Amino acid sequence: MADKTALESISKDYQYGFETLIEMETVPRGLNEEIVRAISARKKEPDWLLQWRLKAFRHWLTMKEPRWANLRYPKIDYQNLYYYAAPKMKAKPKSLDEVDPEIRRTYEKLGIPLAEQELLAGVAVDAVFDSISVATTFKDKLAKLGIIFCSISEAVQEHPDLVRKWLGTVVPYTDNFYATLNSAVFSDGSFCYIPKGVRCPVELSTYFRINAKETGQFERTLIVADEGSTVSYLEGCTAPMRDENQLHAAVVELVALDNATIKYSTVQNWYPGDKEGKGGIFNFVTKRGRCKGVNSHISWTLVETGSAITWKYPSCILQGNNSVGEFYSVAVTNHWQQADTGTKMIHIGKNTRSTIISKGISAGHGQNTYRGGVQILKIAENARNYSQCDSLLLDDQCGAHTFPYLDVQNPTAQVEHEASTSKIGEDQLFYCRQRGLSNEDAVNMIVNGFCKRVFKELPMEFAVEAQKLMSVSLEGSVG
Amino acid sequence: MTVTLETKDLYLQEFERAEKSLPGAFLKNIRRSALERFSTLGFPSTQEEDWRFTDVAPLAEIPYRPPTHTADTAPLVASARGPLKDYQIAFVDGRFTPDFSSSRLPSGVTVGSLASFLEKDPGRIEPYLTRVAADGHSFTALNTALHRDGAFVHVRKGARPEQPIHLLFLSSRRAAPFVTYPRVLAVIEEGARAMLVQSFIGPAGGTYFTNAVTELSIGDGAVLDYTLVQRESHDAFHIATIQARQGRNAALTSHSIALGARLARTDLGAVLNGEGAECTLNGLYEATGHQHVDNHTTIDHATPHGTSRELYKGILDGKARGVFDGRIVVRPQAQKTNAIQTNKNLLLSKEALVHTKPQLEIFANDVKCKHGATIGQLDRDVLFYLRSRGIGPEEARRILIHAFAGEIIDKVQVDAIRNQLGGCIFLMVPGAGKGGT
Repeated sequence: MADKTALESISKDYQYGFETLIEMETVPRGLNEEIVRAISARKKEPDWLLQWRLKAFRHWLTMKEPRWANLRYPKIDYQNLYYYAAPKMKAKPKSLDEVDPEIRRTYEKLGIPLAEQELLAGVAVDAVFDSISVATTFKDKLAKLGIIFCSISEAVQEHPDLVRKWLGTVVPYTDNFYATLNSAVFSDGSFCYIPKGVRCPVELSTYFRINAKETGQFERTLIVADEGSTVSYLEGCTAPMRDENQLHAAVVELVALDNATIKYSTVQNWYPGDKEGKGGIFNFVTKRGRCKGVNSHISWTLVETGSAITWKYPSCILQGNNSVGEFYSVAVTNHWQQADTGTKMIHIGKNTRSTIISKGISAGHGQNTYRGGVQILKIAENARNYSQCDSLLLDDQCGAHTFPYLDVQNPTAQVEHEASTSKIGEDQLFYCRQRGLSNEDAVNMIVNGFCKRVFKELPMEFAVEAQKLMSVSLEGSVG
Repeated sequence: MTVTLETKDLYLQEFERAEKSLPGAFLKNIRRSALERFSTLGFPSTQEEDWRFTDVAPLAEIPYRPPTHTADTAPLVASARGPLKDYQIAFVDGRFTPDFSSSRLPSGVTVGSLASFLEKDPGRIEPYLTRVAADGHSFTALNTALHRDGAFVHVRKGARPEQPIHLLFLSSRRAAPFVTYPRVLAVIEEGARAMLVQSFIGPAGGTYFTNAVTELSIGDGAVLDYTLVQRESHDAFHIATIQARQGRNAALTSHSIALGARLARTDLGAVLNGEGAECTLNGLYEATGHQHVDNHTTIDHATPHGTSRELYKGILDGKARGVFDGRIVVRPQAQKTNAIQTNKNLLLSKEALVHTKPQLEIFANDVKCKHGATIGQLDRDVLFYLRSRGIGPEEARRILIHAFAGEIIDKVQVDAIRNQLGGCIFLMVPGAGKGGT
């Protein structure tokens, strides 16, 4: 049986390309200390955070934009961007009714009606509209358990000690060009704290949208899972059509203390550019988790179908003994999309384990690169890693590349890496056709099967969306 | 850093001094532009991706000069009179040594000193020399600029010599550190079949720098079995580039065995330049003490229906560092390519370290490509099994290491080399006992 939903959505153009016309409150174009101060002032941030931003900004000035990735794109003029844009609102909304109806309609088009959120599969959404978090739901229910789930700006005001304690501990402000830029100008993002021994009863989720013209979006997400707690976090992205390339440089930091588990899932479907490779989002993201405590567990699951350029390496620092890191990823590049993605597993603690499953699908002129690092440090006794990177090529103009780095300094480690690249087998297709499936259905089915190992790691709602996105992204390139 | 600059100047000056006496009229401009390339690139730094894990700074610290006087060959006789002496051409410190070379060769096969062919018959060499290994890193360029002698092997169309041809590069012990630039050109014409062995052997304690380049041109339907044995002194630096170009249905099998040198770097490349070409690269590297061994391989599938198989295995003990960087490139037109690459590493001590980076760069869609890499130690269960059968711990380790290396050694086609290597691995193992569990 062919996947019905996948079939229906195939051969559809990008569905989410619309623009919300609301007045934006922006700071002037360009980047200098004044802009950094202005962003910080506008958000009424404490001095320590301003100083941190400034340190990052000054460090950023000394850094060079990295060019080692297997990506080709025009030079970005960092002085020609707006670094802050927020929807104009009189005051902070106290309930959903106070939210700008224009914004709410945008979400409805995206299929996340906030008004019905509470009825929707128990998902609490912290929606980020461009840079300011406009509404947060389920807060009361979570608050009863002591869970803090709010925008990071709010957290800075209300839980400054927690933010100060953890911000930048996983991705320091000196980390890399884009992370440093983010540290200087980050606008908003989500903050989540799960107290000791609490299992978060719902899947936390946030939707990011890029809206204001020429506004790079710089979210900062920080999730801290205290001892013995468990949380599953979803992030989904869609962005409206746009001709000019948009810059996106987010930072996500995860901290798992003793016996804590964090599961982070992403479906990324930003505007990939048109069929000629014009436009699209430039996505340079730094995501990293630190398994700080013993027996801690961090799991990344990603489905990437959007963006013209994707530069993303969600990583795990396996610091605590017996900690576990996992990375499951599907990356699709179609038309002229380029992706240089992968992960880094740094084994520090004893008996640490990591698993990497990466599936790349290239079509059209898409270029898909897996770049992964596995490091076993000298003190990491009995570390174990298994990596598998498979690539599927659908057209004769596309490319798939694999660059794994394995560095092992401890003889008790066991590290395995496997990768394969192939096209869909003629015999597989023939078999499906002979059973009465159309060529398109057959390809769809095989692609879905190829990604199954990753999709099954996704929470239910996301798994469905991911399959849909896959078919939309590969539209026109199969058969 | 200033040290590096000064050393670079040393080589540039050396060229100015030697330019007039270097052989080959047609090479004049090629040497000049290669020197410019070296001058621009300089010594590679660890900032460069290809040299990230191999630091050549210690090499740049020592002023290596070309050897000034002829070497004393007496201590080298034992190495030169090996089982492959039948078709052998030998060089001592980079100079052709007729005493150790044989002149009896079957018809259709020419083996001689490159310098003498550049003098008397440059037409045979010009279409190939510096054209197979055209680019490459700065050391390749330095060799192109400064090479003085080396071996020329020419196997004519359809010729099939039965014995392997041995290219022997010996180094002597000298008071001052010296550098040699051995250059090898092997032309295997259409339908020919040959076995080629290239050995680098140096005495214990010899401090020298070998910067070698080997070019292999393999014609349509030709078959070449190439074995590289590197047993340099543990105080020597060895940097070698081997570049092969294969024609239609040509087959290359290479066995690269690296056992010696303080720092060894081998860049082995094969371009599959004709449809249906086949390439098999096998490699074994063993390092102990403070040795550093780096293997870079590139298989370039430039035409359709190519097949490549690659298996490299490493054994690292003591404080040794191993680097493996394998690249498989499949060009857009190279449909129906089938490529498999594997790298396996055995770490025997806590101080040993390995960096491995198997890469696939694929621009065609109708291909089957795979690669895999593993790093691990000796299997405890297997050791336990052997011990439960009454085999001592040392002996059990020895058996397992030998079996690990055996997979590569058994593939070596030349009997004499295979037997010799079996012994080498065995000799090395006892030191392996110290690390471990």
